[in-house]
Amino acid sequence: MKTGFSVFLAVFVTIGASWCGLVLAPALQLGGAKQETILNGTDTYPLQPTGAATLGLQVYRANACAACHTEQACQTGVVCEISLTGLGVYQPADFKAFVRSLFVLPELASYTNAIGASINNWSGELPKPILITADKKIATEMADRLKAVGVKSEMNILATGPDIARGWGIRQSVAADYLYAQPVQLGSLRAGPDLSNIGVRVPDAGLLLKHLFAPGSVTKDSTMPAFRHLFEVRKIGSAPSPDALNLTGKFAPPTGYEVVPTTDAKYLAAYLQSLKANAPLVEAPFTP
Amino acid sequence: MNPAETNQDCTAKIDASCRVPLLALFGGAALWLVAGLALGIVAVLSFHKPDLFADCPYLSFGRAQAAANDLLLYGFAIPAGLGVMLWIFSRLSRAPLALPLVPIVAANLWHLGVLIGTATILMGGSTGYPWLEYPRAAAVLLLTAFMLVAVTASATFGFRQNRELYPAHWFLFAALLLFPWIYLTANLFLLSNHPPRGVVQAIIDWWFANNLVFLWLGLVGVGTAFYFLPKISGKPLASSGYTLFAFLTLILFGTWTGIPGSAPVPAWLPALSSVAAGLVLVPLVAILIVTLKTISGAGVSSPGSSFRFIQLGMAAFVASGLLYVCQFCPQYSRVLDFTWFGFAQTQLQLLGFAAMILLGAMYDILPRVMGTPLPFPKFARLHFFLTLGGVLLFTIPLLIGGVKQGRMLADAQIPFATVNAGVLNFLRLSTTGQMLILVGALLLLLNIFVMTIKWKIGLFKAALAAVKAPLETAEVKS
Repeated sequence: MKTGFSVFLAVFVTIGASWCGLVLAPALQLGGAKQETILNGTDTYPLQPTGAATLGLQVYRANACAACHTEQACQTGVVCEISLTGLGVYQPADFKAFVRSLFVLPELASYTNAIGASINNWSGELPKPILITADKKIATEMADRLKAVGVKSEMNILATGPDIARGWGIRQSVAADYLYAQPVQLGSLRAGPDLSNIGVRVPDAGLLLKHLFAPGSVTKDSTMPAFRHLFEVRKIGSAPSPDALNLTGKFAPPTGYEVVPTTDAKYLAAYLQSLKANAPLVEAPFTP
Repeated sequence: MNPAETNQDCTAKIDASCRVPLLALFGGAALWLVAGLALGIVAVLSFHKPDLFADCPYLSFGRAQAAANDLLLYGFAIPAGLGVMLWIFSRLSRAPLALPLVPIVAANLWHLGVLIGTATILMGGSTGYPWLEYPRAAAVLLLTAFMLVAVTASATFGFRQNRELYPAHWFLFAALLLFPWIYLTANLFLLSNHPPRGVVQAIIDWWFANNLVFLWLGLVGVGTAFYFLPKISGKPLASSGYTLFAFLTLILFGTWTGIPGSAPVPAWLPALSSVAAGLVLVPLVAILIVTLKTISGAGVSSPGSSFRFIQLGMAAFVASGLLYVCQFCPQYSRVLDFTWFGFAQTQLQLLGFAAMILLGAMYDILPRVMGTPLPFPKFARLHFFLTLGGVLLFTIPLLIGGVKQGRMLADAQIPFATVNAGVLNFLRLSTTGQMLILVGALLLLLNIFVMTIKWKIGLFKAALAAVKAPLETAEVKS
């Protein structure tokens, strides 16, 4: 590095390379993304959000909700689940005996305890998941053996991982989920729960609004700050507002008063309701 | 005139030429440092008392935290870094600062941009992209100001008497080239009327944030340290070859990190980033070796606070770099993503490393350019210990808390409320650290403020004396 030009060249080449790799290449790969077709279906995903949801995203941005909430569920893997849907000629007791007879198979060796426990106290209700495995070959083999004796079963694909177990998502978030988000706010801290699927988890706008006004009224021990500035506490006029929040106990407003959400609050609730990452896609398959 | 006298004369001229531009950059930076730290404390209050700002949206956690982060980076670190850079360029060129008026204008434009940006975030106008929250108006001001400073820096660089480049030159010149590129890219892509669709936005923002917070601060901090450490310890910088190697590998690998492992993007992106992050260990080790070799056995009897600040800043650089690499290691990222760990690492990078080195440099430069010693030299010492204690108390509990939080989040049997409650004590401890850092920053502000006032009084007195002085008889018309 004898001259200024050599430093310039070194910087130009290195930053240029990373610019091509991490700015240009993703923009070319994903910048022209369109709606996808749902796996094994004809519907497209994601749907264009409603006007209220689009405006609500701006309320989400202005109040920096993404500082505490992520919008990305993760999964650690997928498993195949064999679920019985019809026993054919078998009675539950005979079927149990048949399944136990399969325990000698070497490939099922590591599943015998789980299967045994799941069918021991089972009295025949359907559908009944009997085998959960990360190995698709074993699941197919099991399904074939059940089919051979006339027992009906189906194979479900399920995502796994702590986020899925917490109910934060049905599958992991993928690029397609953010097609219409502007700006995309993925978040990097989970001081609050993940919201990528809140529209499926809490479909009720009233409950979402109540949570925004007084988090403690919906979730005990919530550490979320209240967003009271998105609401108006006012005297009840000639008739109570149909939008008024249904608050009880220590969260209720003084008698003669009601808590009414502002338009911003309604937009925000509409946005939260629109967050539904619930479609199986080729890059994130699951059986709905 | 003997050479020593010429040299002294030249140094005095350089320092005098830097006086007003540096005062404009440093004064504002110190003010924003105090504001940013105070706002950071306000932000975290929402965790101690959730409903504190329920009726006041301006100071809610999300807004105040974003504004505080940006104040520390755009308000303090960048203008302070630019000021230090101008002075180092001028000293290394052995020439007075070229176009001294330009950086004065630039400093004012920059601080105006930061003011507009901060106010907009607090009012709810943030763009929503982490580290790029300032609106277009502020971005235009910041970029213009940066380019103006770059013009002065390049001109001063061009006037250098000794054509040879020093290691500090490489790092600082690279920083000068890096910022306009990444800032322009991020703004043109993300704040245009037709931003790219979907997650491309997040990818570009990660690229930008990594290049700014990790690489830009890294270049400026290490460049500054590689100027001051040899100068103060009285030994040349150890191994020029190692330093060159560190510089090249830092810009080669450091530019590719930043995409977290959990990102909902095509898998090649996080994979590439984690490989690059692993390779960042190479420049980290090289920089550590050069630093240790340079400062070991330095025969300095009383190193002064600048040396302490910069030494510690380099230690924080290595620590923060290692923690940064951990975040991109797939094994650890599964636990560390989405926790306070990343927040703590960023604060260590900003306050423990960048601010530490820049503060050390400012305490060395200020008395020189002002031509008077610091009004309260003991405050500089105290500031060092407050920042040291504060940074440790701020970041270490959050790092531990982050790991704990991540492990609890990974176990779906633990209810989410329990996870949250488990972090609160760590947060409380870290807030005390923030307060210590804030007190330290106030001491710096006091030093700069008193210095400026004294200088202005001096100017006023000189002007008054010039007015009152009897006219020379030769000039009196007869």
